[in-house]
Amino acid sequence: MNNTKLFKATLIKGAVAGACGLSTLALAVSAQAETLNIVSWGGAYSMSQQKAYNEPWMEKSGDEIVNIDRSGNALAGLRAQSQAGNVTWDLVDMLPADALIACAEGLIEPLDHDALLADAPDGTPPSEDFIEDSLDECFVPSIVYSNIVAFNTEMFPEDKQPSTIADVFDLENYPGKRTLMRKPINNLEWALVADGVAPEDVYDVLETEEGVARAFAKLDTIKDQVIWWEEGAQPPQLLADQEVAFGSAYNGRIFNAAANEDQPFEIIWDAQVFELDGWVVPTGKLDKVKDYLYFATDTQRLADQAKYISYGPARKSSAKMVTTLAGTDIEMKPHMPTYGPNFATAIPKDNEFWADNNDELTQRFNAWLAQ
Amino acid sequence: MSESPTAPLKTADGVSLKTSLRRAVRRSKLKALLLVSPLLAFLLIAFLMPLFDMLWRSVDNPEVSTALPQTSQALADWDGASLPDEPVFAALAADLEAGAEARNLGLVSSRLNYEKSGMRSAIMGTARRVDTLEAPYKTALIDINDDWGELATWRVIKRESSPYTLSYYLAAVDRQYSPDGEIVAVPDYMQVYVTLFWRTFWMSAVIMVMTLVLGYPVAFLLANLPLRHSNLLMILVLLPFWTSLLVRTTTWIAILQSQGVLNDMMVALGIIADEARWQMIHNKLGTIVAMTHILLPFMILPLYSVMKTIPPSYMHAARSLGGKPFLCFRRVYFPLTIPGIAAGGILVFILSIGYYITPALVGGQSGRFITNYIAYHMQTSLNWGLAAAIASILLFVVVVCYLVFNRLIGVDKVKLG
Amino acid sequence: MALPSYATRGERIWHYIFLGLCGLVFLFLIGPLLIIIPLSFNTEPYFTFTKAMLQLDPEGYSLRWYQDFFTSSEWLNSIKNSFIVGIAATFLATVLGTIAALGLSSRHMPARGAVMALLISPMIVPLIISAAAMFFFFSKIHLAQTYLGVILAHTALGIPFVVITVTATLSSFDTTLIRAAHSLGANPTRTFFKVVLPLVTPGVVSGALFAFITSFDEVVVVLFIAGPEQRTMPIQMWSGIREQISPTILAVATMLVLLSMLLLTTLELLRRRSERLRGMTPG
Repeated sequence: MNNTKLFKATLIKGAVAGACGLSTLALAVSAQAETLNIVSWGGAYSMSQQKAYNEPWMEKSGDEIVNIDRSGNALAGLRAQSQAGNVTWDLVDMLPADALIACAEGLIEPLDHDALLADAPDGTPPSEDFIEDSLDECFVPSIVYSNIVAFNTEMFPEDKQPSTIADVFDLENYPGKRTLMRKPINNLEWALVADGVAPEDVYDVLETEEGVARAFAKLDTIKDQVIWWEEGAQPPQLLADQEVAFGSAYNGRIFNAAANEDQPFEIIWDAQVFELDGWVVPTGKLDKVKDYLYFATDTQRLADQAKYISYGPARKSSAKMVTTLAGTDIEMKPHMPTYGPNFATAIPKDNEFWADNNDELTQRFNAWLAQ
Repeated sequence: MSESPTAPLKTADGVSLKTSLRRAVRRSKLKALLLVSPLLAFLLIAFLMPLFDMLWRSVDNPEVSTALPQTSQALADWDGASLPDEPVFAALAADLEAGAEARNLGLVSSRLNYEKSGMRSAIMGTARRVDTLEAPYKTALIDINDDWGELATWRVIKRESSPYTLSYYLAAVDRQYSPDGEIVAVPDYMQVYVTLFWRTFWMSAVIMVMTLVLGYPVAFLLANLPLRHSNLLMILVLLPFWTSLLVRTTTWIAILQSQGVLNDMMVALGIIADEARWQMIHNKLGTIVAMTHILLPFMILPLYSVMKTIPPSYMHAARSLGGKPFLCFRRVYFPLTIPGIAAGGILVFILSIGYYITPALVGGQSGRFITNYIAYHMQTSLNWGLAAAIASILLFVVVVCYLVFNRLIGVDKVKLG
Repeated sequence: MALPSYATRGERIWHYIFLGLCGLVFLFLIGPLLIIIPLSFNTEPYFTFTKAMLQLDPEGYSLRWYQDFFTSSEWLNSIKNSFIVGIAATFLATVLGTIAALGLSSRHMPARGAVMALLISPMIVPLIISAAAMFFFFSKIHLAQTYLGVILAHTALGIPFVVITVTATLSSFDTTLIRAAHSLGANPTRTFFKVVLPLVTPGVVSGALFAFITSFDEVVVVLFIAGPEQRTMPIQMWSGIREQISPTILAVATMLVLLSMLLLTTLELLRRRSERLRGMTPG
């Protein structure tokens, strides 16, 4: 049911109930309890959101939250819904690159961050509390996550465990299948680093035709051994089944499988490609989700989320409050992408580069795969 | 006239019988048409109009002309030989300002980025700073982004400001416009779709042959057994036919994957070593095996219905005339089954080239079909024009096969179960 | 297909090889469907036979995945959606298809071949193309992401099956029966209900069953045009298989195999009834 219909239904209900002398009660109930359709990534990540802010919010407000695992195709979904004139999503968890495009197409609301979001406990306004340059016109970040390659420790002798991204490309010393995401993003960066390019120079090299050719040439060396994944849940599964020795994945999923399910997974932090992830509000939905958004992005909630998944909070004030994994005494800090030793060779994902070159490089990547 | 000995017959009310008959025929024609018309109207709305809309979308090109109207107009009489003059740049600045205000530059920047990488950030980056711009716009714009100083940028904008485009079709067959406006092949390392089309066709042909090889003997057996037995065995053919496609695909994953039933069995029997499990899925083999299984009933059923009509006495006669069994089969029986082979073959081929679910789930990288790219461009890359163009080409191939099928066999001969 | 008594030794060998080959093809057809049934009772979350299962140890078997299924609101909701869409689409397709088949089977139907080819085309056009086309068009007319949109799409896909089966039934329908009924004094309404309907019903019902199963199994179109509210069971299975195949999917698959057995039996009974009613004219 869309908003107008809901509104009309409420009015009618109100009128009928009013005739029976119950109008205040009926209106109060319908004003309070709403159903929020929230789109996110599914799996361990949605679980962390559920625990850290959805459940507390449902308890607090009486709203019902429906989780929809469609963030992987969120931009397509938003376009389709807006074309269909029937936007059913109320809030969407999305990558900043997609948010830029959605914002330019008018699919999502521009946000006044300082007016809409909570201040830090010490009164720092959101525009200063969130990580520098992370607030975009239509985007509120909630976490910093990282794309990493992980491996199954049981697949290698104890004295010969891989440790760098170059090892992923070294079939001789580290044999076995690999699983990588079926996209050029991350893979091209890693190929170059494995080929000797310094992490900070990766995008400069990729800007050139020779650089792209070099990255593909490096990927060629392992192509036969790669199983390409498309859903975030696949790599932990393939690693657990020992179908592959290495798998690229989101760091949180690997951490959760290792910590909660005792899987023998280890993360190679070398050349991690990190970026933000956060909320956007589909056009016309701001009033409906304003209160939830304020709640779900405050300092305490973002710190709470880090109890359930190893993604860094996007607020500086939350970062200080990160403690241990819920129900255990595992310190979360050393598992965060932003933790010092993990961060040494990290690559910040260049969204502008990918906004421009994704179409062409994806076609080239697909052509390369089809060869 | 009525006195003439050859006077036409008349009905009781004096109308000639011929006219009356014609009327009756016309009436029943009309009645038949009326009965069919609700369905035709329904299909027109729910099926045919969507197809035409898709064909339309594969050439439709409104993005540039609607989002950059002044620029498109200013470029209309530009000769393309050297960089355009100040008025064109001023028009672009005005368009970008209006677009930034209305927040409608997203689609045009995506559209132009398909044609030339870098256009997205050229447009979006410039739009973000457009209110700082001052005349002369030519230098100001080139300062913000070098792309505005390139001839190729303006040629792309001019070309794509036409309301229709062939770019999507060119892209769908691995072609593109060169900077000079000629149609050229894209570089080798960018070619995807032609390979995929051919792979779809030859793998479908292999699947067709496989279903024929497996289906022919079974159909022969079914057609020649007493009805009591053949009915029972027919269930074995019909049950897979009636079972969900996803279920059948799932079972093949369970059987073929490297930790699956077949590999486990071979390891247990000592045929292969545990470390050397066979890769039977997520490749061409997986697609061919699973699709042969799924499409086999579509081959067996038409073959069976043709074979059922061949009297056994033909073979007996051939044998009694002294023909060796194989010769009799080849010269007498086999030619009679050719209509069945044609029907089953075309049916399996048509269905196979349009399959999406099975190749997507068991095909891995090498076992993908062109249909997977339609889905990819619909859902992931969001290049809907290209998806429509690829789909239109595939639709054309299917319609041609369908017409051949209709000509040879007739769709009204199709039977189910 | 007994061997003639004069068959030579070579022919005998060839005959048994042939039977063996056919047996293997039947195994290929039916084996995969049967193999998942025991796998769905696996205690372990694996996709293969465990040792305990092979030793027929009751410990190796459990109903855990069925329990998963019946306690999951997502699965149950998707089943509900599948039935809503399937029943509505079947109803529409059967009504429209049967009426059209009455017209098509008239001797005077103009351009019969062309019309028939058109009506059957939704079965021939690849689903992915129909899905993409419907997505574009239904978005435009605000039908995407609605139950009505999915129902209309599935109606279009089910129509060819109804048209084919009902036309086939009608074409073997002996029209002299109607004249006989008239001459015996029955009015047209009575003739329709007492003579035509009983003879045609089996065809209509099997067409409806085909339409229903088409909708019930359909993934691609729903994938493109349905919203989260219209999530059907095949979609639920599809996303399950893409991510990780848990044995819950095998449990669902087993139930679907049983469902198709049930439908197949119904169809077979209908066919026999229809043959009996018509006194089974050969051909």
